[in-house]
Amino acid sequence: MTPLPLAPIVLTPLVVLALATVLTWVERRLLGLWQDRYGPNRVGPGGMFQAVADGIKLLFKQDWVPPFADRGVFVLAPAIGMMTVLLSFAVIPLAAGGIAGGLNVGLLFILAMMGLGVYAVVLAGWASDSKYALLGGMRAAAQMISYEVFMALSLLGVVMVAGSFSLRDIVAAQSGLWFIIPQGLGFVVFLLAGIAETHRLPFDLPEGENELGAGFHTEYSGMKFGMFFIAEYAGIVLVSALATTLYLGGGNGLLLPAPVWFALKTGVIVAFFILLRAGLPRPRYDQLMGLGWKVLLPLSLLNVLATGTVMMLRAS
Amino acid sequence: MLDTLRTLLLTFLHGFHRRATVQYPEQQPYLPPRYRGRIILSRDPDGGERCVACNLCAVACPVDCISLQKTERDGRWYPDYFRINFSRCIFCGFCEEACPTYAIQLTPDFEMGEYARPNLVYEKEDLLISGTGKYPGYSFHHVAGVPIPGKDRGASEHERAPIDLHSLLP
Amino acid sequence: MTTIRIDGREWPTRPGINLLQACLEAGANLPYFCWHPELGSVGACRQCAVRQFSGPDDRTGRLVMACMTPVSDGAIIAIEDAQARAFREGVIEWMMVNHPHDCPVCEEGGECHLQDMTVMTGHNQRRYRFTKRTHRNQDLGPFVKHEMNRCIACYRCVRFYRDYAGGDDLAAFASHDSVYFGRAEDGALQNAFSGNLVEICPTGVFTDKPFSGVYTRKWDLRGAPSVCVHCAVGCNIIVNAREESVRRIVNRYNAAVNRYMLCDRGRFGHGFVNADSRIRMPMRSIDGHPAPVPTRDAVMQFARMAADGPVVGIASPRASMETCFSLRALVGEARFSTGQTQVEQACGQLACTLLRQHPGVIPSLHEMESADGVLVLGEDVCATAPRLGLSLRQSVRQPSFPMADAAKVPRWMDAAVRTIGCDAPSGLFILTPAPTDLDPVAAQCFRAVPDDIARIGFAIAHRIDPSAPTVTDLTDEQVRLVEHAAATLLAAKKPLVVSGMQYGSPALMRAAAAIASALARTIPASGLSLVLPECNSMGLALLGGLTLEAVMAQARAGKIATLVIAENDLTRRLSPAAVVELLEAVPNIVIIDHTDTPPCRDATLVLPAAAFSECSGTLVSQEGRAQRFFQAVYPPQPIRAGWRWMQALARAQGCVNVQAAARIQATGLTTWQGLDDVIAALGRACPILAGMVDAAPGADYRIDGQKLRSQTYRASGRTVIRSHISVRDQPPPGSPDTPFSSSMEGAYTPDMPPSLVPGYQVPSWNSVQSLNRFQHEIGGDMRGGISGVRLFPAPDATDHPTHPCATDIPAAFARAEDSVLVLPDTRLFGSEELSMLSPPVAARATPPTLRVPTGAAGPAHMTLHLPDGAHTLPVEPLAGLPDGVVLCPSHMVSPAFMFPCMARITPAGEAT
Repeated sequence: MTPLPLAPIVLTPLVVLALATVLTWVERRLLGLWQDRYGPNRVGPGGMFQAVADGIKLLFKQDWVPPFADRGVFVLAPAIGMMTVLLSFAVIPLAAGGIAGGLNVGLLFILAMMGLGVYAVVLAGWASDSKYALLGGMRAAAQMISYEVFMALSLLGVVMVAGSFSLRDIVAAQSGLWFIIPQGLGFVVFLLAGIAETHRLPFDLPEGENELGAGFHTEYSGMKFGMFFIAEYAGIVLVSALATTLYLGGGNGLLLPAPVWFALKTGVIVAFFILLRAGLPRPRYDQLMGLGWKVLLPLSLLNVLATGTVMMLRAS
Repeated sequence: MLDTLRTLLLTFLHGFHRRATVQYPEQQPYLPPRYRGRIILSRDPDGGERCVACNLCAVACPVDCISLQKTERDGRWYPDYFRINFSRCIFCGFCEEACPTYAIQLTPDFEMGEYARPNLVYEKEDLLISGTGKYPGYSFHHVAGVPIPGKDRGASEHERAPIDLHSLLP
Repeated sequence: MTTIRIDGREWPTRPGINLLQACLEAGANLPYFCWHPELGSVGACRQCAVRQFSGPDDRTGRLVMACMTPVSDGAIIAIEDAQARAFREGVIEWMMVNHPHDCPVCEEGGECHLQDMTVMTGHNQRRYRFTKRTHRNQDLGPFVKHEMNRCIACYRCVRFYRDYAGGDDLAAFASHDSVYFGRAEDGALQNAFSGNLVEICPTGVFTDKPFSGVYTRKWDLRGAPSVCVHCAVGCNIIVNAREESVRRIVNRYNAAVNRYMLCDRGRFGHGFVNADSRIRMPMRSIDGHPAPVPTRDAVMQFARMAADGPVVGIASPRASMETCFSLRALVGEARFSTGQTQVEQACGQLACTLLRQHPGVIPSLHEMESADGVLVLGEDVCATAPRLGLSLRQSVRQPSFPMADAAKVPRWMDAAVRTIGCDAPSGLFILTPAPTDLDPVAAQCFRAVPDDIARIGFAIAHRIDPSAPTVTDLTDEQVRLVEHAAATLLAAKKPLVVSGMQYGSPALMRAAAAIASALARTIPASGLSLVLPECNSMGLALLGGLTLEAVMAQARAGKIATLVIAENDLTRRLSPAAVVELLEAVPNIVIIDHTDTPPCRDATLVLPAAAFSECSGTLVSQEGRAQRFFQAVYPPQPIRAGWRWMQALARAQGCVNVQAAARIQATGLTTWQGLDDVIAALGRACPILAGMVDAAPGADYRIDGQKLRSQTYRASGRTVIRSHISVRDQPPPGSPDTPFSSSMEGAYTPDMPPSLVPGYQVPSWNSVQSLNRFQHEIGGDMRGGISGVRLFPAPDATDHPTHPCATDIPAAFARAEDSVLVLPDTRLFGSEELSMLSPPVAARATPPTLRVPTGAAGPAHMTLHLPDGAHTLPVEPLAGLPDGVVLCPSHMVSPAFMFPCMARITPAGEAT
């Protein structure tokens, strides 16, 4: 039994939370940039402390639970959302190590955590006892469970090529060629599924504000809302980090040290997520589900088939 | 599919465009004279209050945020009180359109934020300015046929001297 | 059935009216100015032009004035005809040539008939480029404001003032463009109905002067249907209020009662509700000084008082039925006083009995207008019931109508009918001690003391019905009068006898009833009307109770621990000595009133009651008509309706006194939730008053499931009017006793019950002329039915009771050597209690004078030695007053109403 790496255990959640917090500001600045605006630029230099100001505001808001809500579940839901995301980071090989970067079923662990994340949304929608929240929760459940399938299938290609579920091994396997080249199709499917998993725009139907108020978190305010909010941004970071790890060679790169490379690659993908939000309108719900089952499922199956075929041919 | 990518590209390219935002407190925008901002009550060229408390602004107000009471001094009508609740006002300018005496006018000033709502209730003292506002020459009492101090009956524009009832002329 | 064709559409109508009326009744928008339903047509303004066609084949037609053209069956007219429209627009344009540009500063603006008609014709651009004529205005007194520049010369004012109301100090002067309506010189308009000029004038020449001081546009006024409290006639009014103060009173049309007109006392007498004399806080006497106390303390104080011993209640004829009845429930029937003296109560009860026994009809004011033989017996109706006097003035015109019919002149053709009838004999006989305003139109006036008038009355009764007792020793002049009057009354189709209790003489009323019932043997329509002094005198007579003298006797015997006085100023009824005695004999005095009266200084507890504008209740008028008044103002908390105070007192008393609690429990007083519960309980306790329930719909009445709105749909300032107190929005006050919402939300339709009409307005008609749309037929009943309910059932025609108390003929008046008979000089402005607290009415009241016969006039001042002390007064000779009689203004000299009495009179300054 190896001793627990205390420093990463304490640091990783702090870093992730800080990142997610800053990301709220970064997103708004980037959206501003792409929409010919400034975004928040008043609090601190360039508006940097906007996230802090928002955090303070959320912290001091009344911690209100609707009288009609199922109180216990209502409080539990955002905690689940936060926990699952933070736990997922345990297996990401941020640098060479990470907390449990060597976990031999790391990828499965992440998929499991993401699966659990559905509960946060579904329970929030259910416990709120409000029609908008319930509809949002239902949509989220269907959407997230569906897209989990394609995500797992798309990852299968990577696992097949790397021959391991351990993320450290996968990174190591890309020291030559990044998997984005052989697994391009898988990368696209993974990104799309990642967007749907984190219910980010344009796939944010569970909280489509023009039809459902705020969807599953309509009834949430104060820091409980804040937890959903932070969990969403942490989710973005997670998916981006995962994409970096699985397809972009993790910390591998020239000259610069591995953590910097990792951060750079993750940052680009995060920026791409924000660009999607800035540029694309939201599809209809049936279009979203149609895309998943009619396009992404066959594509990811095709990817597994092709990868398998190539590997068999190589092996033979 | 290509459309989507093109959209993303175009959106990305917007990052290199000039920004449209006006950085307001540092950068003051130009407000035209007929901008519909803070409401004032103006005065006649002779310095008297223009408002004759006719209540037309109050009845024109779609949010019912104007209230006043008529009083009278020397045959001239005045508002005894004139109150506007700016926390309700929508700056539609209907009051200005309704005003028959050009008394109530909207000005190019919108910087009237307050921390306490009661401070947005303006009384006549807060509304009355000492000038004529946008309509320099107009004096309602010199058009209307009512006598006021300094202008006898029959001395308004387009009026004859009062009839002498004792005259026998037809 | 008569039908006419208006703009190609058939409309049923009725014969005998003019085309203008027919068009208005059909709902057409036809402009007019000079026509008025009560004044008829004169064709002065040329505004109501329509094109009439002589038949279906006539394509040309001709322009006619609708108001001057009688309706004929099958008439074909066009209102929306290009030529007629152009004509009407041209007429308006001519009128507007001289009309000033002052609508914003005109009190009529927003309810101006001229504005409505100008919009209706479509004239919106002034083409005339030359100068306008102007006029100098006059000061017409405290009631009416004058602004002649606005005049359009429709002649309505002088036609109303001179022809209808009989005034002679308003006239038309000069000619053509210069025509001027005013007085010969500045001064107050003398007629008692001058205030109606405000509603009669179609534009802003005559406006309401007191209203101008607290001016509010019509659309901002909250309205509540109400009943005038300044005399017993029960005229229907609308109380207009804003920002919780009463702004003005306007007429509310009641086809049977006041119709289109109100007297000046009713219109301008409401000032007491806003006066400084109002009681606004419960006051408790602490060390002999009144000090404001919280309601709770005041009520508990009463509970302690009530534990001391018996509680006696004194009601008042100016309090509502509900207040009087709840007081009776609080103290018990045996300890309930009507608050009237023996004389007043006896007269009131007698009037009630006589009216209920009368075999003929008890005419409403409108029915009086068509009486063709009228005998006024010892009552100056122009002072005690002014609106009734105006109806009698119209009755004088009756003989001219058959003459007009014979000449084939329609009755609405006003000027022509008046010209034809100028020599028609009058059917009005006035027998009073003093001259009255109706004298100029009377066939004969006779001046005598009340007892002599009663004797003449009995003689007339005997002359009509020989079975009635005879009166001997009449003078020749009196015999001639008896003959003349009896002949006129017998010849009439609708004879009417009017008397009253002005002079406190039961004999007068008995004589009047004797004549009326004698007439009823041959003429079923024979009417009897008895004038009572105060707004609820008849209601109190029906309720019954102890007299003040009986209360005094109980007090002297020490049987009263607490006296609860509801809205009654005892100094107006008892002599100062008696008041002092009563206040000393009773340890605890509780006064519940809206106005600070002299006894309040000595009261242990004074509770602020709501005035008529601030609560709802019922009054019974002198003809037995129960009418409801509704709340227009929502007063601040301690002020509440009289009956709610009684309820609070009863609840407090119930906490300390188990016996009283059980008795009060039986009356239900503490369980009443709203006004309807009080009225229902009242109906159960007094079956004669049970009909009161129907005076107006109850608080749960709804139209289309909605309450009725009391504000106009365009009331302004909702979000700001209170924001200087609190910027937060407040819910509109609730009105649990009425079917009204206090805001602009709710139903409002011309079909609503007339007892619930909060104001008149229909699209395109913003002035009071919109009333036409609320009526079935113009001048007829309201579309929603009738307002109020008659409590006295129509008499059984076969039932002829014997003449009530007809044997009680007084002796002829004999002059005493050393004293004179002092009679009350009731004045329109000055005698009535509440209206004198209204500044404009007080300004019109003249200082008290002693009126003496012309022969007796000597020194300029004389001293009258009344039982309550000597009063020195200026002397004013009055022609026609009988010898041995002086007139002393009631309540102005000696507060208590104790006339008639014999008193010595000496020149001022002379030792007695």
